[in-house]
Amino acid sequence: MSLVLKDVRKSYREPDGRALPILNIPEFTLQSGEQTALLGPSGGGKTTLLNVIAGITLPDSGSVTIDNIDVARLHEVRRDRFRAQKIGFVFQTFNLLAAFTALENVLLGMSFSGKTVDRKRALELLDQVGLSHRLHHRPPRMSVGEQQRVAVARALANRPSLLLADEPTANVDVKNQQTILDLICSACRENNISLLMVTHSLEVAGRFSRVDKLQDFNRPGAAP
Amino acid sequence: MNLVTIAAKSIRQRWLASSLTALSISLGVALMVAVLVINGVVSRMFSQNATGFDMILGAKGSPMQLVLNTIYFLDRPIENIPYKYYLEIKKKKWVAHAIPFALGDTTEDGKFRIVGTIPEYFDVEYVPGKKFELQGGQFLSGTFDAVIGARVARAYGWNVGHKFPIAHGGNTSDIHDEKFTVAGVLAPTGLPIDRAVFINYDGFYEIEGHGKSKQEAEVEEKARRDAEILIPAVQPEAGGPGAGGKPAKKEPISDQQKQVTAILIQVAGNGPAEQAAIAFLMMPRINKGSVAQAVNPIEQIKKLLDDVVGNIRTMLLVMTVLIIIVSGVGIFVSIYNSMSDRKREIAIMRALGARRRTVFSVIVAESILLCAGGGIAGLLLGHGLVFVAGPIVEARSDILIDPWFFERHEILILPALLVLAIIVGLVPGLTAYRADVAKGLSE
Repeated sequence: MSLVLKDVRKSYREPDGRALPILNIPEFTLQSGEQTALLGPSGGGKTTLLNVIAGITLPDSGSVTIDNIDVARLHEVRRDRFRAQKIGFVFQTFNLLAAFTALENVLLGMSFSGKTVDRKRALELLDQVGLSHRLHHRPPRMSVGEQQRVAVARALANRPSLLLADEPTANVDVKNQQTILDLICSACRENNISLLMVTHSLEVAGRFSRVDKLQDFNRPGAAP
Repeated sequence: MNLVTIAAKSIRQRWLASSLTALSISLGVALMVAVLVINGVVSRMFSQNATGFDMILGAKGSPMQLVLNTIYFLDRPIENIPYKYYLEIKKKKWVAHAIPFALGDTTEDGKFRIVGTIPEYFDVEYVPGKKFELQGGQFLSGTFDAVIGARVARAYGWNVGHKFPIAHGGNTSDIHDEKFTVAGVLAPTGLPIDRAVFINYDGFYEIEGHGKSKQEAEVEEKARRDAEILIPAVQPEAGGPGAGGKPAKKEPISDQQKQVTAILIQVAGNGPAEQAAIAFLMMPRINKGSVAQAVNPIEQIKKLLDDVVGNIRTMLLVMTVLIIIVSGVGIFVSIYNSMSDRKREIAIMRALGARRRTVFSVIVAESILLCAGGGIAGLLLGHGLVFVAGPIVEARSDILIDPWFFERHEILILPALLVLAIIVGLVPGLTAYRADVAKGLSE
């Protein structure tokens, strides 16, 4: 899987009507199986970038190509399906559904991919993240570290080719930070999944052989 | 994981709000069921199919009262007409069946009416297309035989062979010495027949105190012959043939001494149209005479339906519509209010690849589940209510309510709720459909 962003621009409309540029990326590339940490200040457009790559937010212009498919040009229905099948997402706030157990949260991740829900795989993944004893617990009854591990299992459920992680360790304790980072990185390595991890932590970034600074390739204020 | 499972989880997450919403629906549906059942019971009771007879003859007086006490066994009987008159009518060529009814007495506790009639009554169709069926025993044959309605059998636990006395003129402190024996138990009809006790007309006049004294009968006969106003030498007590004065000594009763409260007539003819035409022609002739009035029961029932039951039914139906609207608004408010708390949940599902259509469907499925759950609970609750209230209503109003009665319109409740669920789920569903995923995730 390769990810190529070309001339991606995104701006938001401010209350007074003026455009607020967020992204202006002439080019950004991530090769198949490559892992990178993306450093950037708060409010710098990191989350918007991930949303644009995932097809959650459309860029104003430019292309976001994953495996030679321009995500931004896909019809919304196909984009949703593409996201479900090809992209795994790990959020800073876990974003597990409180009504669902750990196992159900992972199964839910499989439900929208158009493929058959693979319960056996869900069980394996939860076992891999060390939660085979917490299958039927709901998120509010789990520690933050456990919740994030469920989120990692859910992100891997559909065998994605790209994993987007948005500050995955920001809300967990130091002990669990290491475990979660190990989990994400090793799972991506073993399954040849490209990993783009957004972080503002130099410590986290230090684990990656490739580190990109958002401000190095994103110049929102620059003229088109 | 399918939509229904996701919706069910979502409902469980907000169990309190969901339960209250479902409860409001179930109460609405229960009320609706009660309204429909009451409407059904009343309509069925007073429907045009409540009788298979074309004409009812009885003493001059209120036509409605005659129908009420011969078809519905309600209200007090009017005066009686001579048995001989019945014999004359029976001989007419235009009469296929003439069934005499002698009313006035009740069971010992005054709860159920005693109807003195002839075995032929059980050979005719009591409503068009329906003949009497027995759940046990046989129809009337012996003089002191009785055939009891299903409701009577259930109320008293009487079976074939049981012997019982009857109360004279409905007076529970005046019990006849003679006892009747249950020869047969009728299968339930859902009609007032179920709460009647039919005894042999001959047996009715074997009872001491029934029938006029010879002196009374002669005075009346003479008066009729002379077309004079009947002033019997001995004033009879009101309340039907069973209410006549008791002679000092029991002796065989002549036809002249016998009376009937009503004569139920099925007209001879080729088909209902011809029968109706004959009845239409014959009624004015009978009414011209001084002895009896002839009443078209269907006409009276229709009048009753239009004048009384019709208004009640309209009121009940309006109530039902209001209940449906209130329930619908309840579901809408509940789901719509939950939408602001669910923006993140919806955004997560969309981020995981759920289509707009999928999250829309989840919300509508939730609405459907709440409605269906509430609806089913309401159906059970409604029938439970009827089951509990039925005997109480029956005891107080004499209106028979079968606890197992199922009004056919109830079949429409669940499909109607389904439509309602879709309608009220549309707006919250569209809110989910239009949800901004990035914004939802950041909240």
